[in-house]
Amino acid sequence: MSTADRVKEIIAEHLDVDAAELDLDASFVHDLGVDSLDLSELVIAFEQTFKVRIPPESARQIRTTRSAIEFIEAASSGHAASA
Amino acid sequence: MRRVVVTGVSCISPLGNDADTTFRALLEGRSGIGPITRFDASGHDAKIAGEVRDFDVARYIPSKKHARHVDAFARYAIAASDMAIADSGIDLEASNRERFGAVIGTGVGGMQVIEAQEKVLLERGARSISPFLIPMFLGNLAAGHVAIRHGLKGPNLHVSTACATGTHAIGEAGHVIARGDADVMLAGGAESSITPLLVAGFCAANALSTKNDAPAEASRPFDRSRDGFVMGEGAGLLVLEELEHAKRRGAKILAELVGYGLTNDAHHVTAPEESGDGARRAMAATLSAAKAAPDEVDYVNAHGTATPLGDKVEATAIEALFGDHARSGRLAISSTKSMIGHLLGAAGGVEAVVCVKSIVSGQIHPTINLRERDPGCTFDFVPGEARDRKVRLALSNSFGFGGANASLLFRAFER
Repeated sequence: MSTADRVKEIIAEHLDVDAAELDLDASFVHDLGVDSLDLSELVIAFEQTFKVRIPPESARQIRTTRSAIEFIEAASSGHAASA
Repeated sequence: MRRVVVTGVSCISPLGNDADTTFRALLEGRSGIGPITRFDASGHDAKIAGEVRDFDVARYIPSKKHARHVDAFARYAIAASDMAIADSGIDLEASNRERFGAVIGTGVGGMQVIEAQEKVLLERGARSISPFLIPMFLGNLAAGHVAIRHGLKGPNLHVSTACATGTHAIGEAGHVIARGDADVMLAGGAESSITPLLVAGFCAANALSTKNDAPAEASRPFDRSRDGFVMGEGAGLLVLEELEHAKRRGAKILAELVGYGLTNDAHHVTAPEESGDGARRAMAATLSAAKAAPDEVDYVNAHGTATPLGDKVEATAIEALFGDHARSGRLAISSTKSMIGHLLGAAGGVEAVVCVKSIVSGQIHPTINLRERDPGCTFDFVPGEARDRKVRLALSNSFGFGGANASLLFRAFER
């Protein structure tokens, strides 16, 4: 499974939505009703699944599924996104 | 003085996931105790408990995501709050919810998440801890969730006095209404702590029955062969309402909460003081608040946990307060815990529901497993079979670790 698909799967599982219907650009907070605790839980899941470290300043930049995929792909390939 | 009446009841117990089912099973003298299934208890001295069965979380919390973030005790509280409000017939939309609050206690809080996250901490490190750990284990989150769910913006409180929690919660909620701070309160307790750590802890404190081979017969309040309590879980809530408020909306009034008394033994962290003076004073204060004489009481729902010392001390206190009335045949005493075990912080909630149901139905549930009364416990414990009996005044007792004693008195509603 690709990193992107795995990220989508984790998000879908945590937010109780269907992965196939996940809008990559939907805002977690504004469109999906996610609060700060949900976001922290997602970040922890990403860290554990992909063996990456997501510092708080980077976590704040993860606002959509697309931004999560981009950050994790960059971090897993050893080139953490500048964001 | 503002009068406080009961206009709704609900419970979740090892004998049923609503108040009617539970009370019917109690009248039938059925036991809700069985082998522990929540975890592998093969290494524990006590391997039995009163577990809630077939509780459908999705019925109350359809979102799996939301349900995952609510520990079991708070799930029970949420379900019970729905049922109690429905039973009261109160229209939330039409109510001033700044005058509607909740006092819901738990003895130990979210033990399940604490134990699971402790394992995460040891195995995967501090950065792996769930951000929901804190809002899942905090005891006041039962009352908090209930407030969020129903929009209850009035006084909101969690009390925690171990096994006396539910009784204190109801008494305190009654005072909130009596002093004018709210008109309606949800009150009682919720608990779900049949966990490896808690059961081991109670075993270590020599509190639990180890009659593992006969679960249904293990909880034996006031019986000569009793050897400790059996852990249970669940929730019990009342809707308490200021009398005029209830009348204005044409509510069915189930009973009146006429007395509440609380004391402390100031003696020992777990053992009750042997003279029973603390328990006697709590009962006496309760009757005094209601201006009721001991010989007017028809029914005592005993704390009756089936610990060797606890039952003896309660019997001593009953003897000291009620004297001849306790042996007159006019005072019935029974222990709900003989059938559902000890629901810890929820016990007082469920047992208050039982008192109200006894008043409304004119039926008293039995104490089961009472084969041979302890020589120190020689009252009418309604052994084995339920009894039809008009109940005007019902007293409920709860005593907790830390020396806490609390009693409530309910009266059949008389204009």
